[in-house]
Amino acid sequence: MTDDPGLASEYAEHMIREVPQAAALGIELVSLGPSRGAMRVPWREDLVGDPDTGVIAGGVVTTVLDHVCGLSVRSLSGDPFPTATLDLRIDYMRPAAPRSDVIAEAHCYKLTRTIAFVRATAYDTDPDDPIATAQAAFVLHEGMGS
Amino acid sequence: MSDQAQRLTDFLQRVPYVRFLGMRAELAGDEMTAILPYAPHLVGNVLLPALHGGVLGAFLEMTALAQLSVFQPSERVHKTIDVTIEYLRPGRSVTTYARADLRKVGRRIANVHVEAWQEQRDRPVAALRGHFMLSKDPAA
Repeated sequence: MTDDPGLASEYAEHMIREVPQAAALGIELVSLGPSRGAMRVPWREDLVGDPDTGVIAGGVVTTVLDHVCGLSVRSLSGDPFPTATLDLRIDYMRPAAPRSDVIAEAHCYKLTRTIAFVRATAYDTDPDDPIATAQAAFVLHEGMGS
Repeated sequence: MSDQAQRLTDFLQRVPYVRFLGMRAELAGDEMTAILPYAPHLVGNVLLPALHGGVLGAFLEMTALAQLSVFQPSERVHKTIDVTIEYLRPGRSVTTYARADLRKVGRRIANVHVEAWQEQRDRPVAALRGHFMLSKDPAA
């Protein structure tokens, strides 16, 4: 487990600024705690998935969910290497509001020596009225085969 | 241009996020192949380097929606209900391809499987299974 919150926060900064896809989406860090993380994607015209409504694309929600899940795992595992996603299940409850930012929150609720299990939700304004929920499993770096 | 090819072109050009990804698609008869050329902004792991898992998932989902737009035409974009994405191999910094299989198309809901690969068709990098709500075409 990570004892040094400075290291986790350093890694969070890396995930926001130095991961090219996160930088391209303009992902921002909202919060970081042991086993938890939250990130925001500001709405942008070029990220729209439905031109009739101006709603942000499902793919953007997928990416920020995957990204914030990875952060929650890192905050708990202390593994200095990026984790690999095994699988990611996403349920889309409703479209985001037009021209609305998306916030994603993840909780790594179980960590074994090799696998991390994570739940996450994405919302636009109210965390209790999610646009999507996700369930994911990650393999930690040391458990990676070829 | 056939109606199907026109619908595919319309879909790819209409959705801003498709352009953000840099995704294209080609039709050979009734078979569509989606193409995601490598671009530096798609990277999620700079050490390997590897495509972001979210990008692969998004590409698979857009492939399913593109296939539906061609074969289940509607003036509106169909809506994703749920997806399960399986990651099989790291997505390396080369072109990624994907094909979608409409497993079941009902009156309102479609079940779609999609598989993505890079240099070898029989070594998939990721797969998706999902359900999609079909938008009703007011003209139909």
